[in-house]
Amino acid sequence: MKKDLFTVAGKKLNSRLIVGTGKYKNFKETAEAVKSSGADMVTVAVRRVNILDKKKPLLMDYLNPRKIIYLPNTAGCFNSNEALRTLRLAREMGGWKIVKLEVLGDKKTLYPNMIETLSATKVLVKEGFKVLVYCSDDPLLAKELEHEGASAIMPLASPIGSGLGIQNKVNLSIIINQSKVPVIVDAGIGTASDATVAMEMGCQGVLVNSAIAKAKNPILMAESFKHAVKAGRKSFLAKRMEKIYYGIASSPTEGLI
Amino acid sequence: MAKIQLNGRKITVDIKFSIFNLLKKYKIDSKKVAVELNNKIINKNKYKSTYLKSKDKIEIVHFIGGG
Repeated sequence: MKKDLFTVAGKKLNSRLIVGTGKYKNFKETAEAVKSSGADMVTVAVRRVNILDKKKPLLMDYLNPRKIIYLPNTAGCFNSNEALRTLRLAREMGGWKIVKLEVLGDKKTLYPNMIETLSATKVLVKEGFKVLVYCSDDPLLAKELEHEGASAIMPLASPIGSGLGIQNKVNLSIIINQSKVPVIVDAGIGTASDATVAMEMGCQGVLVNSAIAKAKNPILMAESFKHAVKAGRKSFLAKRMEKIYYGIASSPTEGLI
Repeated sequence: MAKIQLNGRKITVDIKFSIFNLLKKYKIDSKKVAVELNNKIINKNKYKSTYLKSKDKIEIVHFIGGG
């Protein structure tokens, strides 16, 4: 089989698993989990430097941005302007053009505010950013994002950090089938098999944070996700058997004694 | 002396104090951060020539773990 590379926003990735770097016990655990996951892209957040603690460890000391692709996100932003400000700062930090846009609309469900998300996408695309967009699983809005120039559509499986898995397979399927840019399931994945299901459905990739970081053994779970995404992708490419609603024996009846 | 706000905290710096001096004072590696002065991003090559004055609001950000 020829190498099945994942191209997103012009970048060629070996792994279809993108991992978040939040919620880990410490940076050492983060780095080990990322390594174990085999991911070549990780999401990172932009926050104030702690000026009172000069010795505080930095993420960059544990995950080398020259070896792993940083995907700056706008987590915690609740409107378009906050998100734009965050990503412009991220770009200034080291020329990051590929970014993850996430504009939240509700503090309790962390559901995305799609009106603000759309308007921020427009501005970012105009400014030359390659935008991977966290969004609701509404096929019309997903299409709209594509029209505005999003580099990838990232519908939620279920609310961020909920671990509830894919709750609306029908919508996700419609989005996968209609999209000309990669569809990456982002948010709500709870365990490795959820990622396999997403990949079998035809998603181009999966973004996981909590399901790895909040597992009892994050390093082992990261490895499990690495295999789960590969298994799902291969299953998708192999094209599953047809479903038949009665029994068909696997052993031949000819020569039966 | 200039009274400025750095990452939400009030601090005092000498006159003719640049962003470069500020980063040095707090032992911050300029390669790992981005700086905003009064809501405007300051280009890295302007750190030495941008001096702070009273009431300036500075934000210094970096990357942390996130999903």
